[in-house]
Amino acid sequence: MAYSKNVREAYQGTLATIKDAGLFKQERFIHSVQDAEIEVEFPAGAAPKRVINMCANNYLGLSSHPDVIKAAHEGLDSRGYGLSSVRFICGTQDIHRELEEKVSEFLGTEDTILFPSCMDANAGVFEAILTAEDVMISDRLVHASIIDGMRLAPAIHDTFKHSNMLHLEQKLQLHSDKRIKVVITDGVFSMDGDTAKLDEMVALCEKYDAMLFVDESHSSGFIGKTGRGTHEYCGVLGKIDIITTTFGKALGGASGGCVSGRKELVEMCRQKARPYLFSNTIAPVVVSGVLSVLDTLSKSTERRDKLEANTAFWRKGLTEAGFVLKDGNTPIVPVMLFNAKLAQDFSRDLFDEGIYAIGFFFPVVPNGQARIRTQISAAHDIHHLEKALTAFRKVGEKHGILGKTKQEIIEKYGA
Amino acid sequence: MENLKEVILQYVINEYLEDDSVEVTFETPLLTKGIVDSFSMVSLKRFLESKYEIQIPDDRATPEAFDSVSKIAELVDEFID
Repeated sequence: MAYSKNVREAYQGTLATIKDAGLFKQERFIHSVQDAEIEVEFPAGAAPKRVINMCANNYLGLSSHPDVIKAAHEGLDSRGYGLSSVRFICGTQDIHRELEEKVSEFLGTEDTILFPSCMDANAGVFEAILTAEDVMISDRLVHASIIDGMRLAPAIHDTFKHSNMLHLEQKLQLHSDKRIKVVITDGVFSMDGDTAKLDEMVALCEKYDAMLFVDESHSSGFIGKTGRGTHEYCGVLGKIDIITTTFGKALGGASGGCVSGRKELVEMCRQKARPYLFSNTIAPVVVSGVLSVLDTLSKSTERRDKLEANTAFWRKGLTEAGFVLKDGNTPIVPVMLFNAKLAQDFSRDLFDEGIYAIGFFFPVVPNGQARIRTQISAAHDIHHLEKALTAFRKVGEKHGILGKTKQEIIEKYGA
Repeated sequence: MENLKEVILQYVINEYLEDDSVEVTFETPLLTKGIVDSFSMVSLKRFLESKYEIQIPDDRATPEAFDSVSKIAELVDEFID
């Protein structure tokens, strides 16, 4: 028994420090399927309350769609529950390869390799394809999983200011002597909901002989006219060298991710990426669900069109109510409150009004940039959004922030 | 040496500051105050090596040696000489 009193107390002290700093995270138990309306137990032990969900990554409303559930059942019946093996021993079924081919077709890439999650894809890809002679140049707001992946890679790492193409070009010039240069960005940035300038980035990468990596986790399925992603939206389909994305958000919402792109890079991942080599891949039931999702999305743009209309309605409503929003046109709509305590109070008051939306503050977003991040779904109907707008207006009025500028809100509450 | 410090200070301001309200002096702790992260030190090191035609060995480019404009200037000055 090596877990001594001293060790226990040391951990208790660390946890107390996290709590004192207001950074302690607590899960809220949901008693229903994921949908526009969910039943939430909050605080723990309270009777579940039915609320409108404004903070899921369920962009296309497919997490509990009957067609996806049916396909998952069929996959469970025909291919079983698990494989008890990594891919290269005896853990690859025909449907895994089928999904890789379908993803390549959907994203317009040469080849694809599945990973247990997009976190794993991002953690494994850079180490697999880069050496100490290479450089990674990333946007300063890329997702945490990309930062972890870059830390594991032997290549040197540099950054450029968020979406600043002049700064990116300076960095490409600075590192022009490197063997391989990779420019790294999110397609849609998860906290701000803005979109990378992929057309300009492709042009710079071509000029300076660099590869382009894009994480499309908050884009795949709904950004661009047919939902292929930010590369479709920016008119650069087929020009992105490496795309990573997730099946845990719009594409069914269960789990799993992939690296998709140039076939040699995908093959390097198959040979060297450690999360692929040393972990089981996606379970057959999930693979079957995602195959059904891609099939649905390839036939019709109905769901992404509804999402686009819902997003426009939501943004217009919040703007007219007098909230400060981050610019953008994606379903991620941050309502800026700037002060961390205000963001927490606002979220709690919304819950009392039957609206579930979470406050984000430092260190998840920069100091003084606290917000309620709302996320729109095709599962929402206009009556959901109207009810949510009524609640936002009521809570906004209570806190006296409607029609106030950033500066006025900061003067009232502090940043 | 003063000129060297000015060059480095100007680079730090242009490269890392997004917010004009943050003031940086020769002695401001860059890493411990979170103005420069350890990843971004790479560009600073490469900029100095290129501008002054020097090579700073990796074992000398430590977070401590890069924690203020004055300390960086001392390190660079050593290699220029």
